[in-house]
Amino acid sequence: MSLKKKLEWAKQILPPSIYEELVEKLDAARDLKAKDKERVVDIVVRDYLAHMVQPGEPVGTVAAQSIGEPGTQMTLRTFHYAGMMEFDVTLGLPRLIEILDARREPSTPIMEIPLAEEYKRDKEKAKEIARRIEYTTLEKVISVIDYTIGDNVFLIRLDPEMLEDKGVTVEAVVSVLEKAKLGEVRVSEEDPYTIELVVSEKILPEEQLFDVKKYNDIVAKIKKLYVKGVKNINRATVRCEEESGECMIYTDGSKLTEILKIRGVDRTRVRTNNIHEIAEVLGIEAARNAIVDEILKVLQDSGLDVDVRHIMLVADVMTWTGAVRQIGRLGVVGDKRSVLARAAYEVTTKHIFNAAIRGEVEELLGVTETIIAGLVPPVGTSTVLVGAPAPRAGGARR
Amino acid sequence: MSVKPGFVERYIIDKIVFGILSPAEIRAMSKVTVITPELYAPDGTPIQGGLRDPAFGAIEGGERCPVCGNTRLECPGHFGRIDLARPVVHPGFAEKIASLLQATCRVCGRVRIPPERAKYLLAILRRLREKWPKLAENLLKEIEKEASSRMECPYCGARQYRIRFTRPYYFYEERPEGSVRLTPVEIRERLERIPDEDAELLGVNPKRARPEWMVLTVLPVPPVAVRPSIVLETAQRAEDDLTHALSEIVRINERLKKSLVQNSPESIIEQQWELLQNAVAAYIDNELPNMLQLVHKRRRPLKTLAQRLRGKEGRFRGNLSGKRVNFSARTVISPDPYISINEVGVPYEVAMTLTVPMMVTPENIELARKFVLNGPYKWPGAVHVYKAREGIKLDLRFRQNLKQVAESLEPGDIVERHLMDGDIVLFNRQPSLHRMSILGHIVRVMPGKTFRLNLLVCPPYNADFDGDEMNLHVPQSPEAMAEARELLLVERHILTPRYGGPIIGGRQDYVSGAYLLTVKTRYFTKEEVARLLAIAGYKGELPEPAILKPGPYWTGKQLVSLFLPEDFHFEGKAKINAGELSCDSVECFHDSYVVVRFGRLLEGVLDKKGIGAEEPGNILHMLALEYGHERARDFLDRVFRMFIRMLELRGLSISLGDLEIPEEAKEKIRRILDEARDKVLELIDQYRRGVLEPIPGRSLEESLELKIIEVLSNARDEAGRVAISYLDPFNDVFIMARTGARGSDVNITQMASSLGQQTVRGKRISRGFRSRTLPHFKPGDLSPEARGFVRGNFRDGLRPTEVFFHAAGGREGLVDTAVKTSQSGYMQRRLINALQDLVVANDGTVRDAYGNIIQFKYGEDGVDPMLTYHGKPVDIDRAIAYVRYSKQAGQPVSGGE
Repeated sequence: MSLKKKLEWAKQILPPSIYEELVEKLDAARDLKAKDKERVVDIVVRDYLAHMVQPGEPVGTVAAQSIGEPGTQMTLRTFHYAGMMEFDVTLGLPRLIEILDARREPSTPIMEIPLAEEYKRDKEKAKEIARRIEYTTLEKVISVIDYTIGDNVFLIRLDPEMLEDKGVTVEAVVSVLEKAKLGEVRVSEEDPYTIELVVSEKILPEEQLFDVKKYNDIVAKIKKLYVKGVKNINRATVRCEEESGECMIYTDGSKLTEILKIRGVDRTRVRTNNIHEIAEVLGIEAARNAIVDEILKVLQDSGLDVDVRHIMLVADVMTWTGAVRQIGRLGVVGDKRSVLARAAYEVTTKHIFNAAIRGEVEELLGVTETIIAGLVPPVGTSTVLVGAPAPRAGGARR
Repeated sequence: MSVKPGFVERYIIDKIVFGILSPAEIRAMSKVTVITPELYAPDGTPIQGGLRDPAFGAIEGGERCPVCGNTRLECPGHFGRIDLARPVVHPGFAEKIASLLQATCRVCGRVRIPPERAKYLLAILRRLREKWPKLAENLLKEIEKEASSRMECPYCGARQYRIRFTRPYYFYEERPEGSVRLTPVEIRERLERIPDEDAELLGVNPKRARPEWMVLTVLPVPPVAVRPSIVLETAQRAEDDLTHALSEIVRINERLKKSLVQNSPESIIEQQWELLQNAVAAYIDNELPNMLQLVHKRRRPLKTLAQRLRGKEGRFRGNLSGKRVNFSARTVISPDPYISINEVGVPYEVAMTLTVPMMVTPENIELARKFVLNGPYKWPGAVHVYKAREGIKLDLRFRQNLKQVAESLEPGDIVERHLMDGDIVLFNRQPSLHRMSILGHIVRVMPGKTFRLNLLVCPPYNADFDGDEMNLHVPQSPEAMAEARELLLVERHILTPRYGGPIIGGRQDYVSGAYLLTVKTRYFTKEEVARLLAIAGYKGELPEPAILKPGPYWTGKQLVSLFLPEDFHFEGKAKINAGELSCDSVECFHDSYVVVRFGRLLEGVLDKKGIGAEEPGNILHMLALEYGHERARDFLDRVFRMFIRMLELRGLSISLGDLEIPEEAKEKIRRILDEARDKVLELIDQYRRGVLEPIPGRSLEESLELKIIEVLSNARDEAGRVAISYLDPFNDVFIMARTGARGSDVNITQMASSLGQQTVRGKRISRGFRSRTLPHFKPGDLSPEARGFVRGNFRDGLRPTEVFFHAAGGREGLVDTAVKTSQSGYMQRRLINALQDLVVANDGTVRDAYGNIIQFKYGEDGVDPMLTYHGKPVDIDRAIAYVRYSKQAGQPVSGGE
């Protein structure tokens, strides 16, 4: 067999990544003759085949142990995100539990938003986009709201620094207030950063002119008025890589659907740590990969070494039905067909009562069930049968 | 159960069908009707018709069951019953009853869905149930919702009302005239009217659970075997909680019966009926919300049926999923470096208690006789003999004439002999977090009272010897023994599937020993070589000495090489390859780059990265993966003893002197810490004046704290570096830290230089007294020393305030560990429960217990992570190197990597 043929043959057997590495490294090994390279291919193929899993291997249990065992070595606290002092991010054991729980929302939702070619090297342009993303209410640019009980004029004093920082103009504030239809809006003549709002009769009727609560309500309403940005994105900061000079937006809060609509965002590389959002927007396969990435990240941040194969298996178990399911009573375990398996897990009696009503049948196919019934679990050596003629009871006959 | 020869498993559970017992079934299986709460007559005999009626089954020795005629060994026990004077709701089904009432017509009992649609839905439901049980469940929910929302019966046109269900068992109908309570009698009548097909639409399987059976008219009473009484030392009897609960039911039931016969006022009857309902509910589940609990004297709540099943110690988790076993032992462990990693040292006492069944054959009958003659108290002896012909088991502990028993042995008998050298046992240390927590060991019986364990096996068990105890189990069947030997033996678990690397290997002294043996400044005389090789059991020729003048001297590397396979090649950095000692290639002056060619350690010291546990890619890993576990075990058993012997030759100890640094260094450290303090005070000043530059998105206080922590942490590191630079790099503390044996730079810094900032919850220590940490400081003091910065070190000692801060930080660590163990334990339980059914099928797919495919190819490449190079299925560089060197040596490339 020629080297070329041998490589053809190896290509059929080896996973693509290994095959590519093999070709590359053989090319680099200039001191080896074709015959020697063939030997290398032989060894690699033989090793690969020798390292395959054996049928019957309880890979589920091994995966669960491999992820669970280092759990005690994980941290419990939140840490700064990738060296950025701006964000606290849940990491370690709490984050791992959160992922396996398949919570609707992570306790610290975060997005990484890379930018399109024309924006990504310019910090100012990036900041511009960040400002568009950050959810901004009037509260963020207002320094104080003054009013006098009995008077329907509210003096809204803006904070020029914050206006600048958030990229909001006084006109924009005026138009926001006008749209809110609270009353007449005008910029004060004495101070360009003070807006006078004469609240209309409809909002503040005559008889409530001395109701302090009403005034507080109106102030709260003004503060909550939406100026711009994406809901849920509480903060967006820009950080530029020192080497590549690429700028990215990091956000506190996550809203994938909206971010994907923003112009200037590189949609192919946007990341969020909200797995459900990914499942809804990008589909279940993306969610599966997100689970793998997130678990891997947690483990790596805690300095723990776990093979990806285990993590992939967990992610696949959570997603193979097409929906993201929790590892636990309300998900993977709760969906088991076996009454005994569910009863042996949590809320024992409920499962038994319900099984009685439905007339369920326990088929005794899984591990827990077989253990309970005193049978051999269907994993490992019991997946195969070996027969040998047994000596008759009562001892060997000669 | 012990081995009973000739015992055949006659019954294997095939499946279990769940359902509700019908009153007819309860009556049919009942052998006695309980009519009195009394248990015993004054003379102590059980009362007929009481809860200890003999018809409940024989439980005492010599007693014969009046029902089946068997003794307690054969009698399965029999049910009785209580005929309830009035029906009561079964609390476990109350919720379902509510939904049934709401979804069916109050008059005609039909489901409130038009006939055509009902037929259609039923057809879909039946189809879905076969294939998509989950979808069927969703459909059921929809059907229920639809039926419940229709307020007029599509069959009889009767007006419907909302049913209000109040836990645990009250039902009210919201009629226009007001809310009316439904009695169990009415409820039962309504449920009776529901036709089978309508019940099915509402998620009830009418063949196994007619709706009306959810309201009890007759209560089954379990056999006494289920609720045994215990005789106290005072000869008094104490009854089981179930018996107490049942007798309460009977008492109320009889009172109610009497009231009914006497035509007592309705209110009294109602009251007693309510009591009966409560007692029955409590008998089934005594932890229902909003319910009166049945209690013992002294107000301890009774443990009734549901309580027996629930929770960690309940029937399911406590007795069915985890069972107690015989043939097990537990004692303290202690180390023994001179037994194989595959072995476990077992004390004689234990070996004479645990037994192994031994089938007598013509070949071993003499041996068996010897064991029997030795008897149970002389090792190696035997404890029991099973005589096949007579079908009896002899207990040698109670037999004097051992000789006679020995003579009577014949092929086919079974001798339960003592545990002996060479037997296989399972050895376990809790918490059993991964499969390496239970491994197969070969027995070595020895004096002493502890289990002996090779130190190299500590990492997989996470064991140490500060009082740890471990469990030992003796497999009894040939299948179990074979499996233990072939699959569980320690040497088969040198590699871990968690990350594809060795989990068994050197720690602590083994690592320092390996370093000291292989370090290039060390040469050995012939006598030393002999000592080292002897402990490793080396039997071959001595190699040529590395040095001939002034006399023959050998290097440690030569000695290690004697145990490596001849075609073994290895290259890699040592642990000490860092900082000043770093090298990137074979050309390494510091001896920190390990090179093995043709089984010879040419260069580099062995340390944690060479022979340590939990270091993927080290020599141990390559040996185990490429040369097999026997070879790796042999290496571990021999070479590692040399490492220990090396330490015995040289000695390894630390003293205060190892941490002494000159005054000059101390001055430098003082200056560094003073500068840092000044910087912090400056930051505080800026903060007070309001000119501190805040970090975006952080408050001023947070920014200040973050900046202070940064300054102080840098200062500590720098102070540490100064101290380390003044220490003798070859003192024993340093050797241990550098080789990875024990300790780190941080530990050395803390001992010699400064402890640094103590933290609680990731922040400087700030709590204690009002706006200050300790009364030694002024309120509001933010300076380093007032907020937990410890300048002192362990060598020179800490100031009083520093001791407090250090204790605060230390306490948090302890609390964290406690919290973490419980949280991660629960997480692991959930993971195991979710994943344990997954197995690689014969076609390479990963499937669950029902054959669903979870992955088409395990891990996307079908590779067992245990058999990888830290996750990579093959190491192409090694394959190339192997071919290259084989060529150089002019050797044919054998298959043998």
